[in-house]
Amino acid sequence: MIKQLTAFARELLIYRSALVGIIIITSLILLSLYAVITVPYEEIVRKWNSIEIWEDFPRNAMPSWINIFTHRKLPETIILDSRRKELGINKTIITIASGKYILRILFTFNYIYDDFPSEIILRLYSNTTKQTTTQITWIKPGEIEYILGRKLLRGYESYYVSSDEEFLKKFNANLISKLGSKPNYDLSVNIALFAKEDPSILSRDTVEVSKGEYRVIVDALIGEEDLGRAQVDAKLVVYGKVYGVAGTDHRRRDLALALIWGAPIALAFGLVASITITFAQMFIAAISAWYGKSLDFVIQRITEIFMVLPFLPILLMISYFYKITIWTLLAVVILLSIFGSGVKNYRAMFLQIKEIPYIEAAIAYGTSSLRIVFRYMIPKILPTIIPTIVLSVPDFVFLEAVLALLGVGDPRAVTWGRVLEDAAREAALYKGYYYWILEPSILLLLTALGFALLGLTLDKILNPRLREM
Amino acid sequence: MIVATRYAMLKRLGKYIAIRGTAILVTTIIAIYIVIFIANMGGFVDEIIKSEIQFGVYEAIRNNPAYRGMNKSVIELIARDMIEMEIKRIGLDKPFIYRSFNYLIDALTLNLGRAIRITSASGSRQVRIIILERLPASILLFTTIQIMLFFSSLVTGLYLSRRYGSKIDKIIVALSPLSSMPGWFYGLFLIMIFASWLGILPYGGLVDAPPPEHPLLYALSVLKHMVLPMMSWFIAYFAINTYSMRTFFLMFSSEDYVELAKAKGVPAREIERRYILRPTLPPIVTQLALLLISSWMGAIVTENIFNWPGIGTLIWMAIANNDSPVLIGIVTIYAYLLAITVLLLDIIYVLIDPRIKIGGVGTS
Repeated sequence: MIKQLTAFARELLIYRSALVGIIIITSLILLSLYAVITVPYEEIVRKWNSIEIWEDFPRNAMPSWINIFTHRKLPETIILDSRRKELGINKTIITIASGKYILRILFTFNYIYDDFPSEIILRLYSNTTKQTTTQITWIKPGEIEYILGRKLLRGYESYYVSSDEEFLKKFNANLISKLGSKPNYDLSVNIALFAKEDPSILSRDTVEVSKGEYRVIVDALIGEEDLGRAQVDAKLVVYGKVYGVAGTDHRRRDLALALIWGAPIALAFGLVASITITFAQMFIAAISAWYGKSLDFVIQRITEIFMVLPFLPILLMISYFYKITIWTLLAVVILLSIFGSGVKNYRAMFLQIKEIPYIEAAIAYGTSSLRIVFRYMIPKILPTIIPTIVLSVPDFVFLEAVLALLGVGDPRAVTWGRVLEDAAREAALYKGYYYWILEPSILLLLTALGFALLGLTLDKILNPRLREM
Repeated sequence: MIVATRYAMLKRLGKYIAIRGTAILVTTIIAIYIVIFIANMGGFVDEIIKSEIQFGVYEAIRNNPAYRGMNKSVIELIARDMIEMEIKRIGLDKPFIYRSFNYLIDALTLNLGRAIRITSASGSRQVRIIILERLPASILLFTTIQIMLFFSSLVTGLYLSRRYGSKIDKIIVALSPLSSMPGWFYGLFLIMIFASWLGILPYGGLVDAPPPEHPLLYALSVLKHMVLPMMSWFIAYFAINTYSMRTFFLMFSSEDYVELAKAKGVPAREIERRYILRPTLPPIVTQLALLLISSWMGAIVTENIFNWPGIGTLIWMAIANNDSPVLIGIVTIYAYLLAITVLLLDIIYVLIDPRIKIGGVGTS
């Protein structure tokens, strides 16, 4: 047995296509194992559908490795949080008058990228419900200083610097007095806070990032009685345009998570569906062919009914109406397919096998019908249908993607199809977020190719009738 | 003598057609009933309609000045009466099982009725008009694709079967794994390249907006919109279709009678036409007929990706709007066409293929 298997493996590996297929499938399996072992599925689903977890992630950021290939380096996200001791953010108390103090938080960061950030958000936290006056100062390289605004802080406040129209008005007025004219385009806050303030800022094509050290000062005015008790903290997030290995989507979620976790789901869905359906069809066909007569008649008519039913519309209806989870969906797919056209093909094979003398011999020495079906007939055609199983795995992987793409998939599941759907719904192709479509697509493509290459080679070896053709 | 055998044959043929026809008809009816059952969610759609009626009636009463200032309980009574009348008018007062058979009879007599929510572009609610309006788009795109795919792979397959092992043959075999991905999937990439990146072809749709006035320009615009969907299906299915055609012809060209013809010195072209193509004709005709029948159903995903206003998008709209009459209408027409085609093919087979005998053993 083992000898046979090694001989078979050796024959298989002669074909380069099989080798490539096996490598792809093995890597997908390893990726799936990694996903399943490191984080439990429930955890991933919860994380993927949460909003808070992703608040410090950039929106629609491209993968970081894009920077290797481009001349213009796109910014990474910079997160500065005064609550995190390890960042060493300077917090001092300054006396301004008797009984009046300023709690000053100083953020310092180096900005060395060639493009402007995508968003800037400053979050302020205080532990008192009393109102605290705060003032935010932005200092660009070259000691150009802007007061961004004064905020009344009570508890928690998030300040969307990027949409501060007040500041923008002041900035534009300042530019006119400094350079004599206004920019010929809609200057955004992100550009205003990071651009070089020379004539280059006046045109969208020439505007440049002022690289160097930036300082952001958050001053909170506190009274004597709160000294030592008042805790004011701030988190400055300068959102970049690239993130991680896979980038992020419109809800700031790290795509890598969905891509990695999509692998075990795609594999499980495809493998379970194709194996179960093929074996069920084979079993039904064997029963039909062996018992014949009325049982055969009934099975054949049921098969014909299922062949008339349009598969995809019915599946869409069921999953749309009942909002089913991905595993229920798998069960429905299997139920709708077990009486598929495969039953007809296998039955034709079994009808031929039934006439082979060894079956007659088995009948002669009194073997039971079920034993004949399971031990004599099914094993006989097993080798010829293994390629079919392997080849039909991609069909079901794509089926799940189709359902997700049409918006009827499990809304909470984390699959490649869901990523594609989000991308399609957010018009990623029109907006130029190619990575968003390409990443899940390439994974789908690899899965399909892996199984197709292996399956076609298996077909050549196991169905030698076609080999010389 | 000859008359007698011919008569016997006709009788057998008649009996055969009657049996096959009944079997196909019963199958079709059961399939349509299952669709009716699922499309109504086993009667759940009716509950939705009922609650909509209720909402509508209360809304109407609230907006009608005649009822203003009346006693609450009186209004309640009036509302209940109106709701009951409306439910009776639509026929929802009978149990679902009873009505499902009414739906079945309506569907079988092609009395397709009115859509619940979807309207045609001209504003009609008639399911027949809605379907007929969408049909040309699907036929234009998918029937064209299927016919072109079919004949191009037939010719290429025949050509390759004569010189298998050649370079082109190897290329086609190597390209066949492309079919492990569906056509719409290539559509995504093609849109990315030709519409988004190069900007030379449209993202989707049937025609430019606004549509060109001149008929010729209009046709050109439609043609331009057809390029990407057609290309995506060709990439996905051309290699595998050619591959299977070629294998199919190879199997037939190794038959004994072909060898004999070769030995007799029959010219190659003659062998191809009379000894290979002729006996392979029935399965090829079947394949073509079934392809054409299914092509008018459009393709749900491809139409979605390319925003093509065909039957596929209509099916999807009907599902998303719980519009069971539209869905049942489409499926019924499809089932009928399929049944008629299968029956016709059965009859044609018996008539043209001498190897098929009626009344022989075997149930298939």
